[in-house]
Parts: sequence; C-alpha cells; structure tokens
Amino acid sequence: MIKVRNLCRSFGEKQVLKGINLTVNKGETFLLIGRSGAGKSVLLKNIIGLLRPDSGTITIDGVEITQLANDKLEKIRLQFGLVFQSSALFDFLTVEENVGFFLTRHTDLSKKEIRNRVTETLALVGLKGIEDSYPYELSGGMRKRVAIARAVIYNPKILIYDEPTTGIDPIAVDKIVSLIEDLHKRLAITSLVVTHDLEVGLKLAERLAFLLGGKIIFEGDKKDLENTADERLIQFLKGSSGGPIKEMEV
Amino acid sequence: MILLRRVAELFHYLGSIGFLIKDTFGWLFTKKRDFKSIIREIVFIGIDSLPLVSLIAFFIGVIIAFQTAYQLKAFSSEIQLAPLVALSLVRELGPVIGALIVAARIGASITAGIGSMKISEQIDALETFGVSPIDYLVVPKFVTLLVCMPVLIIYADFLGILGGYVVGASKFSISFGLYFRMTFDALGGRDILSGLAKSVTFGSIIAFVSCYEGFQPFSSIDVSRSVTNSVVRSFILIIVFDCILTAIFYFAGV
Repeated sequence: MIKVRNLCRSFGEKQVLKGINLTVNKGETFLLIGRSGAGKSVLLKNIIGLLRPDSGTITIDGVEITQLANDKLEKIRLQFGLVFQSSALFDFLTVEENVGFFLTRHTDLSKKEIRNRVTETLALVGLKGIEDSYPYELSGGMRKRVAIARAVIYNPKILIYDEPTTGIDPIAVDKIVSLIEDLHKRLAITSLVVTHDLEVGLKLAERLAFLLGGKIIFEGDKKDLENTADERLIQFLKGSSGGPIKEMEV
Repeated sequence: MILLRRVAELFHYLGSIGFLIKDTFGWLFTKKRDFKSIIREIVFIGIDSLPLVSLIAFFIGVIIAFQTAYQLKAFSSEIQLAPLVALSLVRELGPVIGALIVAARIGASITAGIGSMKISEQIDALETFGVSPIDYLVVPKFVTLLVCMPVLIIYADFLGILGGYVVGASKFSISFGLYFRMTFDALGGRDILSGLAKSVTFGSIIAFVSCYEGFQPFSSIDVSRSVTNSVVRSFILIIVFDCILTAIFYFAGV
C-alpha cells in the first residue's frame, strides 16, 4: 500500500507539489490524472525515492521512506517496477541485456538462466526473437513493451507506469492497454498508472485521483467520478478549454 | 556584485566536482569491477583516439622541429634539434596537446552520452534498479582515462619525435640512429615522469569534468550547452593545472 500525506516539493522558487494526500490500496490499479506539467512525474519520483520531498510523508507497506538513509531507500526502491514515459531503455545494451539488467546486477543467476527468464518475460509482453536487437532498432510500441518486460522480470510488488501510451500510435496504444490489463490479472500486483490520456486511464483503473495545481482535488472510484460536481474535474473530463481551469493553474 | 557572483559560482562548481571525485573514489574499491565495461571504454577512449592523436602528434613534431631549427640556425647548432624536440614534447606539448585532443573528442562524447541518458530518464532507470550512476558510468570512464592517458601520451610523444626526425633527416641529413640516440640521451627519467604525472592529472580532469557536465542537462538544449561547457572547462583546467605542475616540477628540480 502507498500512503502519501501532505507532500510538498519545490524546484527553486516554483512549488510543484503543494500538500499531496493520496492512498493506493494493495492489489488495485490506481490512476493518477492531470494536465501535462501538473507535477505527476515529480510525484512519482518522490514515491519511488528518486526525489526527496521538502516536507510530508510517504509510506510504502508501512515503512515511512522520506527520512530513510540512501542504502535503505535503495532496498525499498527495488520493490517498484517503473515503466518510464520515454521507455528509458539503455541504448548501449541489447534488449536481452536491458530486460535482464536487474537479474544481472542483483542475482547470481547464470547467463543461460537469465536468457531463459528474458525470453519468458518477452513472451509475456508479446515479443519474441528480438533479444539481440538494440532499442534503436525497435518501434515505439515495441520499446514500451520491452520497458514493461524489464520492469516486471523481477516480480516487483508495485508497478508504476508513467504515461505508458505517450508517443505511440493508436494501435500500439490499444495493445499496451490490453497488456497492462492482462499483466494486472496475471501478476496481481499493485499498479499506479500516471497519464493525461483519460480514455486509456479509465479503461485500466479501479480508482483514480486528479492532480491540479500541485494538489489532489479528487480521489475516488469511477462512480464518484460520474457523480462529481467539481467544475474543474468536469472541465478536464470534457476536455474543454473554457472553464475554471486557466493556463495559469498548471 | 557580478564578480562576487562569478567567484561564488566558481567555488560552487569546484565544490561539486570535489563531491563527484569523493563519490567516485567511494565506489572505486567497493566492489569487483565489470572488466567488460572497462574494455569497452578502453576501445572507445583509447584505441579509437589513436588515428587523430597520431596525425596531430606527428605534425606537432614536424612544426616544433621547424621552429626549433629556425632558432638553432642562428647558432649553427641544428644538430641539437633532436633533444630540444624531445624535451618540448615529453615534458610539455605531448601531454597538453594529447589532453586537449582527448578533452575535445572523448570528453565531449562522454558528456553528450551521459547527458542524453539523463534527459531520456536512463539515469533514473539505473537508480530505480538500485545501480549508482557514479558506480556504473563514472568509475569505468575514470579508470579508463587513468590507464589510457599515459599510454596515449607516450604514443603521441613517440609520433611527435618521429615527426621531428623527418625534418631532421630531410633538412639536415641527420641519420635515424644519431637522431634517436641524441633523443634518448637527452631524456631523463624525470622528464618522462613529469610527462606521465601531467597525463594522469589531465586524464582525471577530463573524466570528472565531462561526467559532471553530463549530469547537468534537463533538456536536449541543455545537452549541447553541457558539451560546450565540458570542452571549454576541461581546456581551462588542463592549462591551469599544467601551469601549476610545471611550476612545481621546476621548483622541485624534476
């Protein structure tokens, strides 16, 4: 379970997160939506400990991580699998080396065992025969799948997707959405999906939160969303340029 | 006011490089190194630099030989060409020119490589997998530059001396045997030592400055700025440290 309380984070003069409160329950797929530049990626990086907050707390399965020493934080971080917005595959390594990166660094498995695990995991995301390719030889959708394979190969407790469908074509988007749904059913892990693509997000999520101006202004399930009276959220759902959300607020 | 700010920025910069050095040494001896990555770096940093270093070192040798011969002509001492070319190259020009070539070719490439990893979230990905970017990226480059720079500089010195010989042989009919005997008679252990000390220092400067600049970008525009900063700041630090080391060697009698 992830619990975020009163989380604040600034970059220089600019306060990006202004007291975030958020709860992601164990085993659920949770959606975090918000406009581009709303601070979603900053919140994610705080949750996995890549950034330290200025104030507030983040609790992962009962462990408060914001004050942890780096070595302890690193161990907590290994519970997460993160699919980056840009896929973030290591471009100097082959697909096999990318997907097997965690196993190579943190386990004593032989090369053959790692290759077998990589092949199995690539099959799980619908890819085969690309182990020796380099990331630049793959399409955007394939890179995303390889990134998902790299994130799930070590069975993390929590899987985080940062804008999983950004920059790929509509057919690839549909495949990625099906893949995320399928993985959630098969692996039964907690998933946090961050996106500004509402259609994709609502297909995947059981509960969701809306981040605006550095604050969570809505948290609930899809039913709560249908009944919401918050005009800012309604404007976002409609995708309308007229309404209470002004350019200044993002 | 602007001057004060610049001084503060300079100290901040040097302090940040200092922390990078501390972290690098912290990781250097903590675990078994992956020799595959070191060898990959040696091929990229050392072997791939050889053609450019060869070309420039050879022509620098030719240029120094002509300039030296021009001065010596006034004293009818052209025969002293060999020792003067050798000493200029081994003590000073070999390490400095070699370092400037490596800073421009390899340092820029290290900064661009790490910078593009930073903006494409690959550095974040490393940290997510519990891997320190200092350990994974900086340490192999530092070790490689530490190993490759002295070798490259000795090689550059040799090519420069060969360039000097071409001038000596063609203009003053100095034989191969005589030229190289005069060269090696003139070179003492301390000359070679001072050249090697400079090459190790310059290699470290290039490694730390180029890696530090690589971690700075937040966007693709920042990458090109970081590459420029990497080359310019490496050049400045190489020349400053050359001056300091030359003065130290002079006063220490090395």
